[in-house]
Formats: sequence, structure tokens, C-alpha cells
Amino acid sequence: MNKKLISLNRLPVGSFGLVKKLMVEGNIRRRMLDLGLINNTIVEALRESPAGDPIAYEIRGAVIALRSEEASKIFVESIQ
Amino acid sequence: MGLTKQSTGIGALNEMFKVEMESSEDIVVALAGNPNTGKSTVFNSLTGLNQHTGNWPGKTVTNAQGRYSYKDENYILVDLPGTYSLLANSVEEQVARDFICFGNPHATIVVTDATCLERNLNLVLQIMEITDKVVLCVNLMDEARRKKISIDLEKLSKVLGVPVVGTSARSGEGLEELKEVVEGVALGKIKTSPKKIEYNEELQKAVQELSPYIQEKVGNAINSHWLALRLIDGDKTMLDAMYSYLGLEISKEKLLHEKLEDTWENLSKQDITLDSLGDLMVSDIVNTAENISNQVVTIENSVYKNRDRKIDNILTSRAFGIPIMIALLGVIFWITIVGANYPSEMLAEGLFWVEDKLSLAFNNLGTPDWVHGILVLGMYRTLAWVVSVMLPPMAIFFPIFTLLEDLGYLPRIAFNLDHYFKKACAHGKQALTMCMGFGCNAAGVIACRIIDSPRERLIAIITNNFVPCNGRFPILIAMASMFIAGSMGVFNSIAATLSILIAIVSGVIITLVISKMLSKTILKGLPSSFTLELPPYRKPQVGKVIVRSIFDRTLFVLGRAIVVAAPAGLVIWAMANINIGEASLLTHSAQILDPFARLIGLDGFILMAFILGLPANEIVIPILIMSYMSQGAMLELSSLSEMRQLFVDNGWTWLTAVCVMMFSLNHWPCATTLWTIKKETQSWKWTWVSFIVPTITGIIVCFIIAQGAKLLALVL
Repeated sequence: MNKKLISLNRLPVGSFGLVKKLMVEGNIRRRMLDLGLINNTIVEALRESPAGDPIAYEIRGAVIALRSEEASKIFVESIQ
Repeated sequence: MGLTKQSTGIGALNEMFKVEMESSEDIVVALAGNPNTGKSTVFNSLTGLNQHTGNWPGKTVTNAQGRYSYKDENYILVDLPGTYSLLANSVEEQVARDFICFGNPHATIVVTDATCLERNLNLVLQIMEITDKVVLCVNLMDEARRKKISIDLEKLSKVLGVPVVGTSARSGEGLEELKEVVEGVALGKIKTSPKKIEYNEELQKAVQELSPYIQEKVGNAINSHWLALRLIDGDKTMLDAMYSYLGLEISKEKLLHEKLEDTWENLSKQDITLDSLGDLMVSDIVNTAENISNQVVTIENSVYKNRDRKIDNILTSRAFGIPIMIALLGVIFWITIVGANYPSEMLAEGLFWVEDKLSLAFNNLGTPDWVHGILVLGMYRTLAWVVSVMLPPMAIFFPIFTLLEDLGYLPRIAFNLDHYFKKACAHGKQALTMCMGFGCNAAGVIACRIIDSPRERLIAIITNNFVPCNGRFPILIAMASMFIAGSMGVFNSIAATLSILIAIVSGVIITLVISKMLSKTILKGLPSSFTLELPPYRKPQVGKVIVRSIFDRTLFVLGRAIVVAAPAGLVIWAMANINIGEASLLTHSAQILDPFARLIGLDGFILMAFILGLPANEIVIPILIMSYMSQGAMLELSSLSEMRQLFVDNGWTWLTAVCVMMFSLNHWPCATTLWTIKKETQSWKWTWVSFIVPTITGIIVCFIIAQGAKLLALVL
């Protein structure tokens, strides 16, 4: 498990990542966990909005848009 | 306050939660669920028109309650705010949690989306931790079938240990069964044994140790295991809730407090801190949900998911996303303008025919002139105007708009525009509240509750008025058709639509600029966290949408307008007919305003009409016409060209029309909206800011347009 972690907003659109780390605290962390972003959750980067930010992700069957501020604090392992 | 039987009994708490019971026999049922699950459809289908809405005590979260009866029992259904969880500490989540926990409902229905069960189970599991009396309602079964998703309801019920009912609330499918099961659970005929979440070992042990001490304090009224978890989690809102509902102050309960400190110490020895504790709890819940979902849900093919993705590829694409959005808005306005024209005229003809008959009747009865003047020429005429001008556009606009809402398009608008809102240091969901503002700004202000951060919510509330509501559309439409389209000959309606579209886009730009200015001055701060769900597209139920939008929105807004217009008509008639010296009170007032009004491209009468239109913008044009007419009562509605002539005779040019459009877009909110802002913000200061910001903006914008046009000598 020495794969390099990248922040979620760097995950190319159309590819998948495995959630490994959340670099936030408190309520925002709770909210992210509540979205289902727990360890080893598969996330797909679905599409960019017209301006490139926010980006929509598929998380456990739901489509959720996150701004780069939030996505940059979620670290994932890119998977094929 | 001691912990007595009375203070914890159902009666006392129902009083605190303002549950309107008619008798103590009434069965109280809570309705919980995620947003976008059709929870309100379930609520509406069960209770019909027996509803009543209010606010939760001390909180600005709506509280809808309704009644239904089933097999000789009366049920009170309490609609809880839609939430994804009960752990993340928003006001909505606290309200939902407190009611389930302390309101002691006889049963709790959790509504879930069949097409997205795993995500919904998160909330279900959390509620089952608090109460045993849970009925799971798996809604949107029709959508799931369409998307080839099948759910083994029987197995789900077995795994969860609570009854499960599949429904399609929109068509009424499954609702009878739901009532039957709710009866069973509420009366104890159906025994439930909810599956408990299996937490990690250390946590389980800590809970085991702590819960006896809790049970000693609170008895069996509240699940002590769950309460132990909340206390271990360090949930401060829970401490507050326990104090306000049970009168229990944990810090003063020495033994319990010490025990809690011990627990934390033990956990920290195991390397479990408060933050990682939260992670553990949520992870265990999410994993349990995933596990259950895998057992009961089978997706036969993912064609439908791909279809949603393909639609989004177009509607939110870089190239077409925003143009499609604007075009769609344009089409809606165009349909509204074209479609409203004819019925408007017919309504006016009918209503003014009635007026003639009324006048005749008054004449025959020999009533004094002034009574006839006030009642018929003042009140009735204003009413007739408002109804005939407003009803047709609303009856067309609202249903189309509700269709878009039903389809799931509105969150895509927020997605497309969020970047610009972020630049303005505001929240993307503000785009959604602006959409609601198209219907009614008061509704838009209420919709701002969906924004969690107080700072961004205030920005959204203050700027909501820059979206023209349905009361101001007629002004925009009338101006555009008379002065902009009129001078262009053919393609009238398209030119009118375009000019309205430009007005609205400029309203959006102004919103962003003002939002930015607010967040750099009186509402300083960084954008808060932003997560927005893009729910699956749904086939709208066209028939139901039309009925619902006419009853819920059109008639509501129209009713409000009528209530306001009738007394306003009376006052205006009086002002126009009471003479001081040579001229009427209205004329005198207008003359005072005139020099200032001319600076911003209007005239005294127009500004006066906007001021008198404070109760409701719908009456601005009627007042204006009444003021211009020498006889002091509104003229009978006839063709637009006659109206145009009246305005031109009073010195109007296209520039006046443009300034009227811009001023109607940017001026103080109507009285209802201001009152709503006061209620939502609980502050006169922010109500005042919401009044003055659009007003100053309007004056500046109109001044620039008027003086700019004169400088460039565009108008003689």
C-alpha cells in the first residue's frame, strides 16, 4: 500500500479513486463522512461544471458536487 | 426543574413541540427522511388538505402537521425537516433528532428513495438507534422499476427488524398498506426489533459501561445506549437538548460526569480521540448500510444511470450548460407572455362587465357617489386589474416552473453557476433560492434556509429581491411589450422576451456584484463548505404538477395579492379624490417627488406608484394608470396600445420604460417579503439592510441609465 495519494480535485474526470484520508476537522468532517466518504470508499470523478469548479462525483450511488476547497482536502488513491 | 413524571410525560413534550392534539387519544406519527425522497408527497397524500404549517419553537425551521384517520383512530402526522443524518449538528438535524427522541411519537415513518437506498439507510439506522417504533417506507418504487432496480422488501424488513412498505406516493400506491402498518406499530400490534449498528469493540464496551448510569437518570423514556453514544461523542447540542427537555444537566450529575471522563480517558489509552471516535461511529453506520444494501438491492442494468449521465453531459457541459439554461428561461417567459395575453383580455372583459353591472346596481339603490367610488371604482377595479393581469401569467409560469423542479433540473442550475457564486464569496445554493424568488421573493427568502452558513444565508436573503417575482413580471412584460417590442413591429413577442431576459440576466449580475460587496464589507468571511446533491432525473407527473402548482402557488400568491390590493385600491382612490386646493393629494405628493424622480429617469407619479405599491408590486401599474387619469379612478382595461398612448401623453419615452423596468427590478422588497425577512433573520437590522440595499442599487442604476442616455443624446 505504498501508492501515492492525490487530492480528490486532481482525480481526472472519468476515473476512480479510493478514499484514504480526510484532512478536515469538526462539522465539515462529519458532513463528509455522512456523504459516505469513509475509508476505502470508491469515488468516481463524474464531470466538471461549466467553469471547471465544482466537480461532480459519484459517491455510493449519489451524485454530489464538491468545490475544489473541499475536494482538495480529501485524499484518494487512484485506481484503474 | 426536577425530573418528575409530569415534566417528562408525552403531554408536556407535545406542548413544547406544539403538536396540535385534539384529544389525548390522538396518535402522533413522525415523518422523517432524506431530502428528495418524495417525503412531502407522502405527507400530502396521507393528510390531504388537513395541514397546518408553522415554525419549530424558537427555530426558523418549518413544521408542517397534518391529520388523517384510519380505522376509527385519529393520527397526527408531524413532518420533520429532510436530513441525511442526525449527527452533523445543523438546526434541521437537531429538530428532527429532538422530536424523535423527546417528542415520544407513537411511531416514526422514515421515507427513503428506492433508487438510492444505500445512502438513505444511513438515516434509517440512526433513527432505529433512538426508537424501536420505526416503519420504513421505501418510496419511489415506480422510479426504481423504471430504472430496473429491484429491492427485496421482505428481506430488508427481516434484516432491519422493522416493517417495510414499498410505495409510490405520487400515484398513491402502497399508502393504504403504510397506514395499516403504522397502526400496527403505533398500537403495539406489530413488534419490532431494530437491528443495532455493530460498533467497534472498544466503543461497545464504553457504551455498556456508561449506559446504566444514564438509565438511572432518564429511566426508560430514552434509549440509554444511544444516549451514551451521544455523550461519548461529546455532542454539545445533545447536552443542551437534555437540559431543555428533561431538565438534566450532565455536568451537575457528579457520578455520571465522572464516569464519562473515565470513558474518555480509557478510550484515549486505546488511541481513540474525539475526532477519530466520530470517524469510527460514522464508518460503522455507513458500512452497515452498504452491507444491507448489497443484500437487498439488485440493479439489472445501468442503462438508466447512463441516461442521466448523458443528459447531464449536455445540460451541465462547458459549451452548452449556461446557454441552454438561459434559452430555457427565455422559452418559459415567451410561453408566458404569449399565452397570457389572450386569457388576460378575456378575464378583463368579464370582470369589467361585472363592474358595469355593479355600478348600475349601486345607481339604482341610490347610494352616495363616494360609496360607489370607494367600493367599485377604487376597490373592485383594482382587484379586477390585479386578477386579470396576474392570474394568466401565474397560471402558466408556475406549472412550467414546477415541472422543471420536479424533473430535477434546478440543482443543475446551482451546479452550473456555483463558480460565480464562489467568486462572489456566496453559496451555490443561492441559485436555487433565486429560482424560488421568480415565483415569490417571500418564498425565495424562506428557501434560503437550505444554506447552512449564516453569513451566506444572509447574503442570499438580502439579494433575493434582485430576482423579479411574479408580481413584478407584469410590469416588465407590460413595459417590454409596449415600448420595446412596440417600436420593432414584427417579432413582437420575441423582442419582448429578449428584453425581459436581458433584465433578468442583469438582475443576476447585480446579485453577484452586491453579494461580493456585502461579503467584503458588512458580511465578511470566507465561503463555507459546499456540497450539493444532483438527484437523479425523474419523470414529472404532469397532471399532478399542474394541479399542485395551481393550488399551492398560484392561488396562494393570488390570494395574497387580492388581500393587499383591495385596501390599497381604497386608499389610492381616496388619495386621488381628496383635493387640497387645486389638485388631489396624489398629485401633490407626486409633485414633491418629481424633481428627484426625473433624475433617475422616472417621474413623480411613477415613483409615487412604486411607493404606494409597497404592499404588493402587482398594483404599481394600476396605481400609475389611476394617477394619470384625470377622473381619479383607474381606466377600464383595454388594449395595450391605449395604455401606451396614455403613458406617451404623460411624457414617456422608451428610456422611461427602461428605467421603470430597472427600477422595478431594483427597489425595496414588498411588505410581505420584508415581514418574512424579519421573521427569518429575527433582526430589524438585516430587514433594514434588505430594504436599503436594493433601493440604493435601483437609484444608482436608473441614474446612470437616465443621465447616460441624455449625455449621449439618445433621447431628446
